Amino acid sequence: MALVLTEEQSMLRDSARGLISDKAPVSHLRSLRDAKDPTGFSKELWHSFAEMGFAGLLVPEEFGGSGLGFMEAGIIMEEIGRTLMPSPFLATSVVAASALNLGGNAAQKSEFLPKISNGSLLATLAIDEGAKHRPLQTSLQAVRAGNGFKLSGAKALVVDGHVADLSIVAARTAGSAGEREGLTLFLVNPKAKGVAIERTIMVDAHNAARIELANVEVTADSVLGEVDQGAALLDGVLDIGRGAVAAEMVGLSDEVFNRTVEYLKNRKQFGKLIGEFQALQHRAAELYVDIEITRAAIIKALQALDADVTKAASAVAVAKARAGTTATRAVQEGVQMHGGMGMTDQFDIGFFMKRARVCEELFGDANYHTEQLARARGY
Amino acid sequence: MSETETADLEQFRAETRAWLEANCPPEMRKPATSDADVFWGGRNTKFASEPQRIWFERMRDKGWTVPDWPKEYGGGGLSAAEHKVLRAEMAKIGARPPLSSFGIWMLGPALLKYGNEAQKKEHLPKIAAGLIRWCQGYSEPNAGSDLASLQTRAESDGDDFVITGSKIWTSYANYADWIFCLVRTDPAAKKHDGISFILFDMTSKGVTTKPILLISGYSPFCETFFDGVRVPKSHVVGTVNRGWDVAKYLLQHERAMISGMGERGVGRPLGQIAADSVGSDTQGRLDDSMLRGRIASFDVDEAALAACAERAVDLAKAGQAHPAFSSAMKYYGTELNKRRYEILMSAGGVDALEWESERSRQGARPRAWLRTKANSIEGGTTEVMLGIVAKRILDLPGA
Repeated sequence: MALVLTEEQSMLRDSARGLISDKAPVSHLRSLRDAKDPTGFSKELWHSFAEMGFAGLLVPEEFGGSGLGFMEAGIIMEEIGRTLMPSPFLATSVVAASALNLGGNAAQKSEFLPKISNGSLLATLAIDEGAKHRPLQTSLQAVRAGNGFKLSGAKALVVDGHVADLSIVAARTAGSAGEREGLTLFLVNPKAKGVAIERTIMVDAHNAARIELANVEVTADSVLGEVDQGAALLDGVLDIGRGAVAAEMVGLSDEVFNRTVEYLKNRKQFGKLIGEFQALQHRAAELYVDIEITRAAIIKALQALDADVTKAASAVAVAKARAGTTATRAVQEGVQMHGGMGMTDQFDIGFFMKRARVCEELFGDANYHTEQLARARGY
Repeated sequence: MSETETADLEQFRAETRAWLEANCPPEMRKPATSDADVFWGGRNTKFASEPQRIWFERMRDKGWTVPDWPKEYGGGGLSAAEHKVLRAEMAKIGARPPLSSFGIWMLGPALLKYGNEAQKKEHLPKIAAGLIRWCQGYSEPNAGSDLASLQTRAESDGDDFVITGSKIWTSYANYADWIFCLVRTDPAAKKHDGISFILFDMTSKGVTTKPILLISGYSPFCETFFDGVRVPKSHVVGTVNRGWDVAKYLLQHERAMISGMGERGVGRPLGQIAADSVGSDTQGRLDDSMLRGRIASFDVDEAALAACAERAVDLAKAGQAHPAFSSAMKYYGTELNKRRYEILMSAGGVDALEWESERSRQGARPRAWLRTKANSIEGGTTEVMLGIVAKRILDLPGA
């Protein structure tokens, strides 16, 4: 498979870019933040996403979706990264839709997937419990109770957790923290008794929540996949999420970079354009190369996911690790090269730095994924 | 790609895999460990082993020493997609390149673009068949990064040019049969405008070479002197005084070649090589956590660069490549290869310090480590590459 966009993919990118840059430039995020908007994203835009077939991008056509692949999802994520648009696309259309696609039984799919496709259902994955992403450390308890289970524990960084109509909760049905065996995914109604949701206002002004579950009762039908055997399903779902976040990060990096290069071509000091200084030229060139290499690694990972979700782990680890180091470098150089202006809230560049920091933690940072690669390679 | 094309390509893949399986000797499926393992061709060449000869001859007969060159010039006539399949299948079994040569990597592409029909017919088949070994006369003592300031003169005398001057860092000039050389044909013109690209036989009267001893203890480079060397004007490639165009085009290929020099993705993972000397803990992790982290970061970057190199080829095929992108790859690939050898030296510890012993294969590792330091200098320094990216790709201001 060539590592370039097909004609159809280019068209998809152009239509996503057209919509997003028109309706949701960075000022869109800024006004949601400043207004302390309780939803944190535009429902109208989400409606447009559904109309264009983006909400159900990964959902099979039989469930009202577009039936496209992870490469296409990555294309949308990259465009989202360029303007930092807060959107349910990642949590609902990529992560939750994939979890249902991969792990759902016929009843679960036909109940939820059509609603995701038409934009009427928001969903999310609740995974992290500690400060760092450690899926196997999951300790939220699910104990059998009658015909179903009772869930107790807490989750953090639940993307869109304050608005989701459905939470896919990773819980421990057996074993202890750190073990692969004994993980189970549950479909939880956030309005169920015992669920407490605290919206967390994050550094990036995007949407997330902390969720606490106290003896939340769910039926046996709420199990997604198999009891105790959720780790493999979770691996796939998380890898899909990682590929998507990496794509958002390269879009973000590229946008910061383009803005910074423009600044170098316009800002004058010492009677010269600062872009004439070799010290800045070389740093800009290094960053450009970093971004191009990272972009290739991400395309490689998305194609690997499209080929076989279960065999993409190393490619995804490389992509998310590179996305992390590249985005961190891009936003730091972006602020530094904008000088004092880069430190002002009035200038957009800081928004990119804040979002990059959140994306870095989301589904594992560069250190986490570098470690995964070392383990996979046996040293 | 249409369904028929995909099916054809899959058939080509199956045939290629079967052919390689049947024809690539097992000895040629291991990474080269010394320069003797590399077959360079040329008038005075000798094969290091029988499998090396067999492998070379079988590949040559299929035109696969230069798979994507036209058949009429000794190539395999493969499409870009087929060439990618062949490379992937060779990589899968660890097959060595059957023939390494500056003729293949550098001169060939330049001749295909700028050479006249007679020049192509004369030189390309001999490159493909490994009959003539070429060297590159570019740098001079006072023209390194500032290559266009070169001073080697070519004075017109009837049907000939008479060439006088000297070149430096001429790789393997002492083994080469012919040279492709940049010479100044118009000293009055601006520096980029008076240069010509010319070919001549290294046995011509007036050519002498002198190897330069490097920090690695090897002498892969030479000083090369021209004292009134007479060369027919028909040996100029492209237009007289427009040699800089040819030189730049060739440099793109040279940079692509150098960026691919690292042994990417072949052999054992670096972390396992390191474990041989450093040892592992009870969980099988390298018993030096800082080194392990460095290696893992290296592996991430190496895998990403491999994807980027693959993408660069795909972009070129799709007509979307920036012509200066090889400079970006050259910069990153060479810096990465230096990192690789810093890690190998660190992992090897005391064992990697031996310079002369059978045990160390005459200091193979430290010598290779030192050799890599030239990667970011030869073919344009890292600083020159970054300057090219800044100006030609990013369009930043200034000279």
